[in-house]
Amino acid sequence: MTNPLLEVTDLRVTYPGRGFRAKATEVLHGVSLTIGEGETLGVVGESGSGKTTIGRAVLGLVKPSGGRIIFDGQDITHVSAAERRKLARELQVVFQDPYTSLNPSMTVGDILSEPLVVQGATAKDARARVRTLLDQVGLPRDAAERLPREFSGGQRQRVAIARALAPEPKLIVCDEPVSALDLSTQAIVLDLFIEIQRRTGVAYLFVSHDLSVVRHISHRVSVVYKGDIVETGPAASVTSEPEHPYTQRLLLAAPIADPIEQEKRRAERYRLLEVHRQQAEQAGAVA
Amino acid sequence: MSIEELSIDPGLAAPPRRSPFRKLLRDPQAVITASLLLVIVLLGLLTPFIAPHDPNEAQLSAINADPGTPGYPLGADQNGRDIMSRLLHSINTSMISGLIGASVALAIGITFGLIGGYFGSRLRSVTEWVFSLVMTFPGILLLIVLMPVTKGDYRFTMLIFGVLLSPGIYRIVRNLVVGVKNELYVDAARVAGLSNLRILARHVLFVIRGPIIIAAAFLFGGAISVQAGLAFLGVGSTLVPSFGAMISEGFLNLYIDPMQFLWPSVLLGVITASLVLLGNSLRDAFEGVKLKPAKIAAPKVEQVAGRAESRPSDALLEVDDLVIAYPTPSGKLNEVVKGVTLRVNAGETVGLVGESGSGKTQTAFAILGVLPAEAVIVRGSIRLEGRNLIGLSERELRQLRGRSIAYIPQEPMSNLDPSYTVGAQLVEGIRATTGLSKREARERVLALLKRVGIQDPKRTFDSYPHQISGGMAQRVLIAGAVASRPKLLIADEPTTALDVTVQAEILDLLRDLQAELDMAVVLVTHNFGVVADICDRIAVMQNGQVVESGTALEVFREPKHPYTQKLLGAILDEATVRTDPPVSAGALAGGTTR
Repeated sequence: MTNPLLEVTDLRVTYPGRGFRAKATEVLHGVSLTIGEGETLGVVGESGSGKTTIGRAVLGLVKPSGGRIIFDGQDITHVSAAERRKLARELQVVFQDPYTSLNPSMTVGDILSEPLVVQGATAKDARARVRTLLDQVGLPRDAAERLPREFSGGQRQRVAIARALAPEPKLIVCDEPVSALDLSTQAIVLDLFIEIQRRTGVAYLFVSHDLSVVRHISHRVSVVYKGDIVETGPAASVTSEPEHPYTQRLLLAAPIADPIEQEKRRAERYRLLEVHRQQAEQAGAVA
Repeated sequence: MSIEELSIDPGLAAPPRRSPFRKLLRDPQAVITASLLLVIVLLGLLTPFIAPHDPNEAQLSAINADPGTPGYPLGADQNGRDIMSRLLHSINTSMISGLIGASVALAIGITFGLIGGYFGSRLRSVTEWVFSLVMTFPGILLLIVLMPVTKGDYRFTMLIFGVLLSPGIYRIVRNLVVGVKNELYVDAARVAGLSNLRILARHVLFVIRGPIIIAAAFLFGGAISVQAGLAFLGVGSTLVPSFGAMISEGFLNLYIDPMQFLWPSVLLGVITASLVLLGNSLRDAFEGVKLKPAKIAAPKVEQVAGRAESRPSDALLEVDDLVIAYPTPSGKLNEVVKGVTLRVNAGETVGLVGESGSGKTQTAFAILGVLPAEAVIVRGSIRLEGRNLIGLSERELRQLRGRSIAYIPQEPMSNLDPSYTVGAQLVEGIRATTGLSKREARERVLALLKRVGIQDPKRTFDSYPHQISGGMAQRVLIAGAVASRPKLLIADEPTTALDVTVQAEILDLLRDLQAELDMAVVLVTHNFGVVADICDRIAVMQNGQVVESGTALEVFREPKHPYTQKLLGAILDEATVRTDPPVSAGALAGGTTR
């Protein structure tokens, strides 16, 4: 792992304001991160922090206003549409909402084979590949003939994972892929992600608001707060002994599923908030 | 933990696939109008073989011949031309007009609608501007003025009319595309490396085809009517037989032979009416008949022992053997809550935990008395301070809601009316339950907003819901809920839509308010962390039943039911940290089964 698979340097994204001459808002203020082959980088943050925008910029769904994105040695910050289509073999996505990320009028088989056919596979090869993919994500083979609405949320997310795996990519951007799922389904789908990674060596850029989910799947974790990465490090240390005050608040705000432990954590949270408040007061007094 | 099974249970599975065209075949209106149109089109196609005369062949001897005259089954007009032949030829004129008008409008409208909707805003402004310009042209007038250009050829006229109709289609398509293009599956298709053309054809146009097909039927009818209208006015070649020209001539002859005017009118009427009715059937088939919004009313009660009878009890809320069912299309009742028993003491917080579909929200709604009208309470009782709520009238329930029972919803934003200020909504709620004056209510609301931790109550009071954050909106709703010091607060996933840091603050607030007001809280949630944080007792629900209940500590530390154990086992706690190192694809090379 000498060269990282994905290298994002000083990424800035600006959304144009709504209406005539409205002010543009910058949602990412220079974000840098790297992902090695076969590695999971968890990106954790709250709503509006810009965590989803990072993933969308890597996928080319939003245009960066500054910075560089280098994928597999190639600068993909501003690649042409044709180049971007070639990248589809290497770079894939699993979205949050399994209900809107699958075209409701296409069968699961069509959804899975379409990218393959577009990339030049024959119909027969594509069908065979669809069967393998369905096996890989633990869906029955007859699923290919069904429509997405015949499946539960967890099963739909399996279809979305299979679609991402179809072209054997090197990196999958996962945008909150388990947050719309039930608790027990969540754990199963996460384990599926890990199992696929171990088997295929695919890397994940795993975006989530849930610290426990990120902790479960990530090798390293980056914490995004208001458009900046405030902390990056190994999953175990960032998610248990965070250094940045925001990460500390985030960690202590997540309730533990045990009444006694949670009471302790609550007390700790109150203490931390008090410390932060005093620090802020002192900073204000100095300034 | 096994992989979830495919939903093959016929009762629970999604309705079987039925294409819109299959639905059309079951709609008598569609079948009748479509067959009428088919017969008319066939007659038109067979005209060269079945028409007895040339449409312009004039016979002096046949002037104003009566129907039934040999060789003239429907008679002849004032120029001695066979009415039946002219009618048959007019069908073709109409159909060609409709085809040209509709296809030109569709071709232009769909093409530019897709372009304008899918691509950037600059391109959209240009198309928008051009189509708005086209819309400003006075249609019929323009067609008449352009007569020298079209040289009276109705086909050319219809081509221009098609262009004039295209803005309508453009607007429909553009709006639909703008809606669809932000769907995640379109993003997914882009990431999958599909070309824009393919995405537009397979993922956009295919999904929005319904409204376009519907509009096409109306366009077709519109083009036919306009062509007839122009011919009626005498615009266009007199040599082309058409309904409009025939009606016009029949008008001149109204007193001599009224039937001459009737035939073309009837046929034209049947064609346009069939098209409009077929269009309506298409709409029903493609878009589905709009379901009426679920009425909130006291649901049907099948059998309740001791209806509304009171029974002294020390518990605040007692739900006993509650069964809620919904009718299935086959007429049977599908039970979603299967005998839930729940007890909530005054001032205590009870967590109702379960996964989606476990019936926890249905149970909560039943306590609030806001089940949808089609819900059936099969049996059971819900007692608040000993009084059975099931079977109470809507008016009696309204007395309780907002006073004894209050509610906090999951989506704070969608529970605030965007067109009123936050303050106005809270004042209205308080005045409805307490009868305070406007001024007193305002004071009260400001005090409440302050109490729920809003920094600048005055400003929030005057804000519209879109101006405040989700966490703030939830505080506002909590303020409204506790305004009347309820004895029981039902909170349905109150923090699920919020960030964790905001969630912690909201839970703190709920805990404080509960102690302060000594109210009982029923917290519906799927999040065990939230339950551990705030609940005294827990009831775990699965498939409409409470499978385990007890104090929070008991359930968390010694879960007895396998389902509870499974759920607790699925929680990703602090201990589950990923430890295995990354494995690169290179290391896996050879013998991988990717």
